[in-house]
Amino acid sequence: MTGSLDWLGLDEPAGPPAPVLVGHQPTPAPTEQEATGPGAVPAGTQPAVVELVDVTRSFPGPPVVDALTSVNLRIDPGDYVSVIGPSGSGKSTLLNLLGLLDRPTSGDYLLDGVATGRASESVRSALRGGRIGFVFQSFHLLPHRTVLDNVLLATLYSGVPRAERQERARAALDRVKLSHRVDFTPTTLSGGERQRVAVARAVVASPHLLLADEPTGNLDSTNSVEIMELFDELHADGLTLVVITHDPAVSARAQRRVRIADGRLTELDR
Amino acid sequence: MRAFDALRARLPGRAGHGGTVGTVGASGTVGASGTGDASDAAGPVDTRSGGPRAAKARVYQGRARDRFNARDLFAEAAHGIGARPGRLVLTILGTVLGIASVVITVGLAQTAAGQISRQFDAVAATQVVITPAKAGTGDQARPTGRIPWDGAERVMQINGVVAAGLVAPVDVEGRQVTAVPVNDPSVAGRTSPEVVAGSEGLLDAVRGQVVVGRFFDSGHDARNDRVVVLGERAAEQLGVNRVDSQPSIFIGEDAYTVIGIFGDVKRRTDLLDAVVLPLGTARQDFLVAAPEELQVHIRTGAGSLVAEQAPIALDPNAPESFKAQAPASGSSLQEDVQADINAIFLALGGIALLVGGLGIANVTLLSVMERVGEIGLRRALGATRRDIAGQFVVESVVIGLLGGLVGASLGVFTVVIVSVAQEWTPILDIRMAIGSALLGGVIGLLAGTYPALKAAAIEPIAALRGGI
Repeated sequence: MTGSLDWLGLDEPAGPPAPVLVGHQPTPAPTEQEATGPGAVPAGTQPAVVELVDVTRSFPGPPVVDALTSVNLRIDPGDYVSVIGPSGSGKSTLLNLLGLLDRPTSGDYLLDGVATGRASESVRSALRGGRIGFVFQSFHLLPHRTVLDNVLLATLYSGVPRAERQERARAALDRVKLSHRVDFTPTTLSGGERQRVAVARAVVASPHLLLADEPTGNLDSTNSVEIMELFDELHADGLTLVVITHDPAVSARAQRRVRIADGRLTELDR
Repeated sequence: MRAFDALRARLPGRAGHGGTVGTVGASGTVGASGTGDASDAAGPVDTRSGGPRAAKARVYQGRARDRFNARDLFAEAAHGIGARPGRLVLTILGTVLGIASVVITVGLAQTAAGQISRQFDAVAATQVVITPAKAGTGDQARPTGRIPWDGAERVMQINGVVAAGLVAPVDVEGRQVTAVPVNDPSVAGRTSPEVVAGSEGLLDAVRGQVVVGRFFDSGHDARNDRVVVLGERAAEQLGVNRVDSQPSIFIGEDAYTVIGIFGDVKRRTDLLDAVVLPLGTARQDFLVAAPEELQVHIRTGAGSLVAEQAPIALDPNAPESFKAQAPASGSSLQEDVQADINAIFLALGGIALLVGGLGIANVTLLSVMERVGEIGLRRALGATRRDIAGQFVVESVVIGLLGGLVGASLGVFTVVIVSVAQEWTPILDIRMAIGSALLGGVIGLLAGTYPALKAAAIEPIAALRGGI
């Protein structure tokens, strides 16, 4: 992998990877171990990527349904969190809130320290495009567009300079080992390959937070492992991941596991 | 692993963006700080106090960059349009037919109008006929005016008049017109030629040619000489073909000297079958009461002037007692044709708008419904409602324009083909052709607005539930 991008000549000399959050800033980033262990970074010295403060989301009835009740969750940069829970427990609602696709009924959600609960739609759109990458269960690739176009789509709305788009999209596809499929259409790819394209699309705009909703739900075990390993790599690179899953095997890979039941969140042992 | 870092490090613009984002509101210290320690520590504090306002500033910064600008918009719209070529053809069909029918109608009308003026009867365009106005209708009609005997001379004063001649029917009271005064009961009764009285300018006014001899002049008229000129066919009927022997014909029992034979008249071709007397002679011998009409040969384009002035010249006190038949002037002909075109154009334009617009609206709406998943995805990737609406509006405008262009081309082509087949000169206002192509774009805009608003209103959560 390293070799394949060496031609760029841009490998930062030595040192651990910079956290995704701060991009080019040569922050003396924590090592992987440190980054993944929140204990290593004292709270308050680094902005949490995600901070849910007493978030409640209820759907108007009758009867009124409280999908989430007083949820508090802090996800620090570099965390790899899995969210598990039975169907109807509020997993999807949580993901929609985290992805700025939905607004909390009460409480607030701070993304990179920016309060989003009552932010305008355009601010939320910009945050969504610039800081959040989505991976969906059913891939959501445009069937008539090439793999490259699908990845480029994410650069359109996130403000990636035009001159960099192609290069970044190809690098992202290279990252998921799909350089040889650049000009294929998604319909000709296998499920695992499609999900890798979706991952490439999710990371091409350098998000701060990767949200995956049942990423292996439509994949067989081999392909699931492939995607999980890809997530591990992204995590090792310092990306913050939140994975919603049914699959215990997928959940087991995360450093933090959060269980959601009846709209209440409980942190499982780390 | 390191490769991915390299990817991130490679992208200074994006990284800088991220840096600003990561420390919203941290002001200059972030960019300035080379170490980043301080800014990282300061970031959260400033961010929380700055809140949404700081975020807004960042958003505009993002806007200023290459965030879904016009170029991206058109590229995405082009992909949307090109995704289903078969459907595209069906979509634009309504607009194509509508626009084509407008172009064909207007083009053929213009071509035909040009054709009319080209074939314009040169004789009709240079002839004015003045008759006494009539009161009443049908058989009850009675002339209300009387053309004076010197009407021809009076009208000659008017600018644009080339020749003028009076015509008066002569009632011969049953007398036969014959070449020999023999009452032969054994010969079957034959129809006599008509007898008509005319003034000296008559032959020029109806553009006839003297075949043999001469036409009478004002001297014959003044002296009431018993002379006649014969129309070609009347001469043949009477057996007269030369005048050097001074042949005579008889009206009843009175002899009249034939001084000439004329032919080739363009107006009043009935004169070819007639025996023409000088007016003075006719008044004396047959008590002709008044001229029937005044034939005036005019210069091209003088029609309206002569028609207006001649009645005044004939009787300044009662110009309304004469009726002047003047050729339609070019402008009034054009106006007539124009009026027809406008009516048809409006009708067809309305149909084109409806058919094409409904077609586009329908298919765009369908396409919005089909692409709910795509819309949700785009929203999740950071597209605003405005971005989504813009994409669909541009798609339908481009589809409309495409239909307009194809339709206009088809229309022009048809007009040319029809003109070639008819050996006409195709005439088409180029502004009309271009304008109708643009009209297609306007139809697309109108038709696309509602579907675009529907697309913009789609909630991403619902849209993402299904696949694409």
